[in-house]
Amino acid sequence: MTRPIRATLLALAAIAAASPAFAQSPVPTSGRTLAATCTGCHGPAGRSAGEIPSINGRTETQLAQAMLDFKNDRRPATVMNRHAKGFSDAEIAAIAKEISANWR
Amino acid sequence: MTRISISRRGFTGSLLAATALSACAVQSEAPAKARVVVIGGGFGGATAAKFLRLEDPGISVTLIEPKSEFQTCPGSNYVLGGLKRMSDITHTYAAMTGRHGVRHVRDMAVAVDPVTRTVRTAGGQSFGYDRLVVSPGIDIRWGAINGYDEAASLRMPHSWQAGPQTVLLRQQLEAMPDGGVVALSIPANPFRCPPGPYERISMIANYLKTTKPRSKILALDSKDAFSKQPLFQDGWAALYPGLIEWVPLGKDGKIVEVVPGEMTLVSEFGQKHKVAVANVIPPQFAGKIARDAGLANEQGWCPVDPFTFESQRHKAIHVIGDASIAGAMPKSGFAASSQAKFVARAIAASINGQPAEAPVYANTCYSLVGPDYGISVADIYRSTAQGIVAVQGAGGVSPRTPPDAPAHRHLEAVYTHGWYASATREIWGS
Ligand SMILES: Cc1cc2nc3c(=O)[nH]c(=O)nc-3n(C[C@H](O)[C@H](O)[C@H](O)COP(=O)(O)OP(=O)(O)OC[C@H]3O[C@@H](n4cnc5c(N)ncnc54)[C@H](O)[C@@H]3O)c2cc1C
Ligand code: HEC
Repeated sequence: MTRPIRATLLALAAIAAASPAFAQSPVPTSGRTLAATCTGCHGPAGRSAGEIPSINGRTETQLAQAMLDFKNDRRPATVMNRHAKGFSDAEIAAIAKEISANWR
Repeated sequence: MTRISISRRGFTGSLLAATALSACAVQSEAPAKARVVVIGGGFGGATAAKFLRLEDPGISVTLIEPKSEFQTCPGSNYVLGGLKRMSDITHTYAAMTGRHGVRHVRDMAVAVDPVTRTVRTAGGQSFGYDRLVVSPGIDIRWGAINGYDEAASLRMPHSWQAGPQTVLLRQQLEAMPDGGVVALSIPANPFRCPPGPYERISMIANYLKTTKPRSKILALDSKDAFSKQPLFQDGWAALYPGLIEWVPLGKDGKIVEVVPGEMTLVSEFGQKHKVAVANVIPPQFAGKIARDAGLANEQGWCPVDPFTFESQRHKAIHVIGDASIAGAMPKSGFAASSQAKFVARAIAASINGQPAEAPVYANTCYSLVGPDYGISVADIYRSTAQGIVAVQGAGGVSPRTPPDAPAHRHLEAVYTHGWYASATREIWGS
């Protein structure tokens, strides 16, 4: 997603106070940031506190496959199909990589 | 000691300088890279405080929140419906202060000086900040409905901030004789938790159906349409036939005046409804501190940069949660927490001289129509210069006619509790 000039200027002015490094335009969303949208339901580090399945301790392939299956309606779900459609395939790969590497 | 803000010293990104500055900060124990103050320990603020520490333990985080225990609005409708007790929706700051090293100041923030970058509290303490996160939630607009002031709310509770108001409405429902009318007055957009009033109608109906079956609910709405409307109305027809009457704006549903002494609600065109219990959910605006600090617009909500949630009115202040204008994102706890996680990353990145990432946010609002009947609305969001938008082709509401509807509604009811357990553990519990 490209960031229009107005917003960049706003951000520049806003951030200049604290750190000049913020002056760069935003980098693509990292797997870590993308995966932060999952924990409200799946629990911190994917360890669920309740009735939603835990998703920690899975391989990258398992996670990516599950997400792609949800996204493409190949796997029935109540809510995951609606969430998975919000991410590109590349983002899904980044999420799977992040979770498999860091959520134990 | 006077705090000199980093920007006024012409700070150029050197961590050494930041450390030196912090060393003479009034409140700091150990030298910190930067000081972040968070106002409000609810869904937005508590998440931000904890995640700032997770992002970078070198950042000192001071959370200003008067309460020692936080009672969540999510789940408060289940207390009204008799499914949960107040203790089930009560959380403490023990993990935050103990495990994560957040400093919890039990006080009310009363003033923000964006020039000297200082927050003052009711107790007379001052805290300098390099970055301020403001998440005070909503305030009730007393007087927006004629006659609805704080005294009136003790007779006709709003129960839109969880706590004593929740308990009061529950007690009134318990005390009401069978056959009474329970009225709700519901505000126009925007307000905290778009599906909240309709989940509340459902939960009160669940209580009445099982204990006071001759009673009725009269829902007086200032809108003609509402969140997840077909799903709610299908559920009401299936679970509570004849119990709920919903009156939209177009049928004179808007309440403009209350007479608490007579338990009467008066509509725009002068209809008087005398009822046994009145739950008045009034119009709202950003919490007082946000308005007093000059962060709000004429409507009382806070405009922010969609990429950073930094205030459009004052630099180095990020307004998140219900108080902010977050484009397509609803005023929900899930949304507030999602915003907080991203903003914590963005602030930590900025402090550490790293580039900002393109934001992603999520929301899911689960609602119980009945104890075993759940529905939801979900979305993923991205930022554009025009504001925050929902990703096209993703998200949306639960299907209206799934293949096995009872099983589907059952599962979503189960996941409603699952979301609550995981979300509150993530914020207050671990
Ligand atoms: C009945 C009901 C049901 C709901 N159900 C759901 C649901 O199922 N899912 C969902 O996602 N959302 C739900 N919500 C919405 C959710 O409660 C809010 O969107 C969420 O609480 C917003 O978070 P916040 O951080 O903006 O404010 P809050 O969570 O309200 O936190 C604000 C905090 O700031 C503190 N504060 C205020 N002013 C000051 C000050 N000057 N100094 C210090 N501290 C201050 C307050 O004490 C409070 O603790 C529901 C709301 C209601 C009313
Ligand atoms: C709104 C709550 C919610 C959010 C947010 C959410 N999930 Fe899920 N997830 C669920 C539920 C509920 C299920 C069970 C399937 C269903 O009914 O949708 C599930 C199932 C899964 C499964 C399959 C688990 C298994 O045991 O087979 C995976 C993998 C998964 N989610 C990954 C993710 C990832 C990755 C994210 C973040 C990008 C995410 N989820 C965000 C609620 C959520």
